[in-house]
Formats: sequence, structure tokens, C-alpha cells
Amino acid sequence: MSNIPTDLKYARTHEWLRTLSDGNVEVGISDHAQAALGDLVFVQLPDVGRAVAAGDACAVVESVKAASDLYAPVAGHVVAINEALSKEPELINQDPYGRGWVMRLKPDGATAGLLSAADYQKVADESEG
Amino acid sequence: MVDFGGWDMPVAYGSQIEEHQAVRRSAGVFDVSHMCIVDVTGARARDLLSRLLANDIGRLTTLGKALYTCMLNDSGGVIDDLIVYRMEGGDYRLVVNAGTRDKDMAWIGAHAASLDVSLLERRDLAMLAIQGPQARERTASLLSYDGSRTVLALETFFAARLGEWFVARTGYTGEDGFEVMLPASEAGSFWQRLNGAGVRCCGLGARDTLRLEAGMNLYGNDMDEQTHPLESGLGWTVAFEPSARDFIGRAALEAIRIRGSDNKLVGLVLEERTVLRSHQKVKVPGVGDGEVTSGTFSPTLGRSIGLARVPSATQATVEVEVRGRFLPARVVRPPFVRHGKVLVQ
Repeated sequence: MSNIPTDLKYARTHEWLRTLSDGNVEVGISDHAQAALGDLVFVQLPDVGRAVAAGDACAVVESVKAASDLYAPVAGHVVAINEALSKEPELINQDPYGRGWVMRLKPDGATAGLLSAADYQKVADESEG
Repeated sequence: MVDFGGWDMPVAYGSQIEEHQAVRRSAGVFDVSHMCIVDVTGARARDLLSRLLANDIGRLTTLGKALYTCMLNDSGGVIDDLIVYRMEGGDYRLVVNAGTRDKDMAWIGAHAASLDVSLLERRDLAMLAIQGPQARERTASLLSYDGSRTVLALETFFAARLGEWFVARTGYTGEDGFEVMLPASEAGSFWQRLNGAGVRCCGLGARDTLRLEAGMNLYGNDMDEQTHPLESGLGWTVAFEPSARDFIGRAALEAIRIRGSDNKLVGLVLEERTVLRSHQKVKVPGVGDGEVTSGTFSPTLGRSIGLARVPSATQATVEVEVRGRFLPARVVRPPFVRHGKVLVQ
């Protein structure tokens, strides 16, 4: 079973979102998603400063098995990226909700339309078949 | 778990890359019981295989010797690739792919009938591949004194029978090791004893990255019935000598050899930080187009490698279409890695 922390919000496309104390949001991929992808080998990060709309593909996480887009769960501007992933993409496998974070966004508006941990659990269960 | 030719098989037991590294650096074990083992018996078994196999069964002059070969159709297309072992009394053992089992059995059976040769599929046997620089010693440490001496004395591409077990110094990883065929009822306990001896469990994922680094073809990806050995990097497995041996596919391959093959299979190394995948388009400027037949991330090189079928005139570089962009790739001669050492620039 994958780990789905209850203090985070989730997107149907398997991103998680954490609201930070400065109002920015941190984004990564869920434990369920990293397990399904397997060992990550490359991560393409967005440029800092880039404006993104909710649902924009803004990073690529690539494993031995497959490449997968990471979509912005909310609209905003990229304010930080996790440079460590360029050298150590496996951080996403090892610590998907911590050292494996992908980017931080300054959101333009509210973070509506995201899933609670309980609702995301259902999405994860369905994709496990 | 994934479905693989009707078998439920794990892609990885844990980290696929760690499993890969275990085989390159120490030892790992793969459950390859899905492979189909067929014993070929009868006075004319050799005649049958001389006709069916593109490599020369006549090379198996000693007991236990193994030979890698393709089995071709009349137009030179590859029905399957397989290993054949010389057994006692003029008998042979074949190990063919799981995904091609049904058509292989039908093809071989159709040619065997008129020669009064019997085929026996050994579903009673399991097969474990123990691979890596420590694989032979760790495996031998679990055998009897005599058994251990016998298997450690095996040369590369030779096998020996130990009672109901059959131990071959063969593999699909580019490392030293054994492939052990044993009664299925004994496979579980042997697997656990291997784990106890420090041999790591490895899944299909690591098997694929290891074979690709070793420059070994995968049937269905790198060759099939629509492609022939001479455009699949397998010309070395076709025995045109002796010239009197009339194997199926010979006439077609000789015609191709005279006019020259249109295509060839090459190795690719990608500089960009992404991964080659099968079926990606290859552009060779001024020459033509090709296709990636197998691609992956190479844990040993730390970048992506692949095999591609390209026009024969292809030189040192090509472009591969990866997710909408054309990226430069260098053309190299496989293998990429053997015995833990990187062999390409």
C-alpha cells in the first residue's frame, strides 16, 4: 500500500501539493506514482519564473520504464525548483513527500478542485486495478 | 507483476537499478521458468536440427556443448532465437522463448513428424539464471562436493547434468554465471538457499537492462518474422559453411548476402538526459529513416542506450525522435558493457 499523507492535497494526475507558511505551494509526485514508475533516472525541471496554468505540463519525470509529465495542480509562477533532482532523481523514489519535492509555485488564486487524501486514495486504488 | 507470455512475472522485487548493479558487481538470480525447454530425441534428431537451425548443429561435437542460433522461415525471417544443448545419446535440448512457444512447437513438430523425431516439452522443469561475477562460486557452494567440482569446471557455453539437474554456463546478462534447469518442486527451496548465499532476487526489468547493455537481442523487439538475421546483428550466428547444409531460410539469406542487406542493427548512445524507447523514429540525414528496436537507461553508463535498425549506409551519428524533438545519438558497436566493463565511448 502506498503512503498518502492526510495533510496534503492531491491531483487526479498523481501530483501532491503542500501549502507553505509563506503562501507558496510545494509540488511533487505521490508515493503511488513513484512506485508505479519505478526507479527514476532523469527529471526535467521547469525554469524559475515561468508562468503556468493549472494542468500545464511543466516537468518530466522519467524512469527506466516510462516518461511521465508532471502537471501544475494550480496556476501560478514557478518560484523554486529542486535542483538536487538533476543529480539524484532517486530522491523521488526514496522520499516523495520530502526531499523528492519537484517545484514551488506562487499561486495566482485559490487551490480549488484538488482532492483530499481520502479521495486520492480512491484514485490510487482504481489505477492499481 | 506483469503478464509475460501468460506468466505472472515481477518487473522488480525492489529497486530495478539495484538489482541490475547486484548482477554487475556480485550476483543475482532470475526466475526464468517461463522459458520453454524442449527435449528432441530420436535417431534423426540431428538431421532435423540441421535443417531447422541457421547455426550449424554439427558444431556441437561434445556432450554438453551449447549453441546460440536462430530458427528461420523460408524467407529468412526469424521465427525464434534459441539455445540448443547436446545431450546424451545424440539427443538435444532446446530452450526457446515463452512468447513464441506455440508457434515454435507447431513449426518444429511439423518438420519432426516425417523424421520420426520426438519432442518432449519439459514443463516439469523450472529454470533459474544465476548471474554475476560471484554467481558461479555462490551457486557451487550450495551443491554437493562432486556437483560443485563439475560445474566449476564447465567452460563457457557448456552444460553438465547433475542427476535431475542440468547446469549450463550460459546467460543473458553479459556476466558470467549459470542457468540451472531443475525439477520445479525443488526450485523454491533452491531460490531461498541462493538468497541465503547472498544472491539477490532480480526481476524482468533488470533482465532487460542487463541484456541490452550486453548487446543481446530480444525476440519480438530486435528481430521477428519480418526481419532476417543479417539486418539484426545476428549474421555471426548463421553458418553458411558447410555449403551443402540446406537449412530453412538459406536460399533467402544467400540472395540477401549477394545484393547486400538494406539495413543493419546498430547500438546507440544518447547524450541528452532522456531515455530511448522502442519504436522511436530514427533519422539519418542524407541516408534515410530507421527505428529504435530496444531502448533503455543504462545504469552502468548513466545514460540511455538502445539498438536501432537503420539503413546500411548509416555512419557515426543519427537523430532520434524523442517526445517530439530530434536528439543526436552516437552509433556504436554493441556490446555496451561486458563483465562489468564499459566497452563504448
